[in-house]
Amino acid sequence: MASDQKSGFSWLLLLTFITGAATFAVVALLVNIFERKQEARAPFTKVVEVSEVSSDPEPWGLNFPQQYEDYLKTVNDPYTDFGGNHALPPSKLEESPWLKRLFAGYAFSIDYREARGHAHMLADQEVTKRVTDVQQSGACMHCHASIIPTYRRIGLETMGEEATVDKLAEDFRMDAVLAGFKEVSQKKYEEVHAEVEKTPDGMDPESGDPHIGGAHPVSCVDCHDPKTMQIRVTRPGFVLGIDKLAKSDEPVPHLPSVEQWRKDGRQGDYDPNTMATRQEMRSFVCGQCHVEYYCANKMTLTFPWSNGLKMEQLEAEWDTTTFPDGDDFYDYVHKETGTKVYKAQHPEFELWSQGIHARSGVSCSDCHMPYEKVGATKVSSHWVRSPMMNINKACQTCHKIPEEEIKARVDTIQDRTKALIERAAAAMTEMLDAIIAVQKAGASEEQLAPIRKLQRKAMWRLDYIASENSKGFHARQEAARILGESIDYSRQAIAACWKLELDDGSAEETAAVEE
Amino acid sequence: MTDQSQPNDLSTNSHDESKATSTRRPRFGKGAIVFAVILGLLFGVGTFTFGYGKGASYLSNNPQTCVNCHVMQDHLDSWQQSSHHHVAVCNDCHLPHDPIGKWVTKADNGFFHSLAFTVGGYKDPIRIKPRNRRVTQSTCIDCHKDFVHPLLPATANDDMQSCVHCHADVGHAGR
Repeated sequence: MASDQKSGFSWLLLLTFITGAATFAVVALLVNIFERKQEARAPFTKVVEVSEVSSDPEPWGLNFPQQYEDYLKTVNDPYTDFGGNHALPPSKLEESPWLKRLFAGYAFSIDYREARGHAHMLADQEVTKRVTDVQQSGACMHCHASIIPTYRRIGLETMGEEATVDKLAEDFRMDAVLAGFKEVSQKKYEEVHAEVEKTPDGMDPESGDPHIGGAHPVSCVDCHDPKTMQIRVTRPGFVLGIDKLAKSDEPVPHLPSVEQWRKDGRQGDYDPNTMATRQEMRSFVCGQCHVEYYCANKMTLTFPWSNGLKMEQLEAEWDTTTFPDGDDFYDYVHKETGTKVYKAQHPEFELWSQGIHARSGVSCSDCHMPYEKVGATKVSSHWVRSPMMNINKACQTCHKIPEEEIKARVDTIQDRTKALIERAAAAMTEMLDAIIAVQKAGASEEQLAPIRKLQRKAMWRLDYIASENSKGFHARQEAARILGESIDYSRQAIAACWKLELDDGSAEETAAVEE
Repeated sequence: MTDQSQPNDLSTNSHDESKATSTRRPRFGKGAIVFAVILGLLFGVGTFTFGYGKGASYLSNNPQTCVNCHVMQDHLDSWQQSSHHHVAVCNDCHLPHDPIGKWVTKADNGFFHSLAFTVGGYKDPIRIKPRNRRVTQSTCIDCHKDFVHPLLPATANDDMQSCVHCHADVGHAGR
């Protein structure tokens, strides 16, 4: 009977244990329900003051830890099929040797690597051989650094006002920012970098003491108003560019506020910060930098938008632009052929403007900074990255089809574009060989003039799509059209070379050897 | 006192035990008391959790029940904008109209919803499962059968386009 009692006791022990475990589980569930209910309250606590001078993102991060954490993640952008992160990103010049010939005579032929995330942008610029081995202009920092407080400080100084930290922190002062922008636009890179380091990047609100912490890559203050947290555009290049675009007659159905401003009688200047819709702003903040521009020391940083946003409209503006010294506009002299050509930067905003997503009212942020639920709070992800890394949140909000199907569609577009880029590149290199051959055979400048024109058009078009970051996705038909034109102009140039019928016929020979 | 036979039985087997228990033996052992206390705790905490978690609401048709989980807030908001807002609540479209199917589906969805919400890691925007898509399709037809009867496939299980493929806004506008 002792064993009976013992076994009775073990049963009791087991039951107690089971009931205890059940209680544990119920309490865990209770706490979980409690936490979920707390989540739904969306708390926000302001712990530090940020102002117009706070180019250092860290204090902003104390108020907005979620957004800051996301922003810091941009150093970890994973590698997609067409771009992404590496400690030292792979060289595009090694992957596509034709780029070296396309950019011959231009800094991009020395060092040209895959893009990395936003938090890297200043550090990457400081070490690229394009900057260390070649004298670059300070205009490059318009987009790579959190430079607005510096523009404002220099602007105020040139306007004869005192630029104290309090004054810098107080107000955006577009007039001063514009003045500063014009002042430093043609200075050397190193000079402007030093100016940025001299500008306070924060302020102790109690004592008003400036904090000098060095230069930062583009950060919170570049897209947000520190008083209201509203998104805004700050880049003078964009402010001037979008005003030119608004004042043109080119239809821009994807930018309703511009159309409205035109309809309302075009009063004064078009100001995106007061006139654009929130949805437009969600693209404008990106369009401040992800565009085509002139950025060197011969004239002020320029967005070529006075005819519209299409590739040939930008080209037309460059065709009619002259430098202050009276010379025709060009970006670089192509070293192999001596032709003055244009360099396309990274016209994502312009190409997106030609695509179906823009036309449907989808902004850059909708795909690259999709909303996500953190607890019960809806946050726009500040981990700006390829939508292909986040198909569920970036695409499936609208496209109710399986992820694999979405990925397959994008792959098709990008692979086709890539194949067309390679075709255009082959045509371009053959064209360079043909032109070099006729030059050797003694073609005169007069004979070469129409060929140079074709060369410039072919190279600009190829570069326009090759250097754009979406590999055709932002507007696939437009990308294919532009590459088709590039191939056509390359081949026209080759035909024109052959038609010259120079004595030794070396043009054909060289072309044949190359193949 | 009532258990007099027990100590006697024990005493025959063990002298030590009989000495300890010969005078008076409690009706329940210490273990039983501990167990009872813990069981009581479980019952209390369980009842509280059921109430705090609005457990009873899951037996109702009230759409507010669905936003007990904040994940469903957008769905409720978009339902309020939709054309069906005045004629159908969540359960009318998302649960079968026969009583057994209704409660089986409710239990099935209830379990997996709470599992997902508690453990986390579900996809967002969430996507309807094939089984639940079949349910919505059947409820569309159940209410509209007089009107759509000529459109239905001639034989059961024949392929047909889902109603919400085109009428995506009827239940959830602007999504």
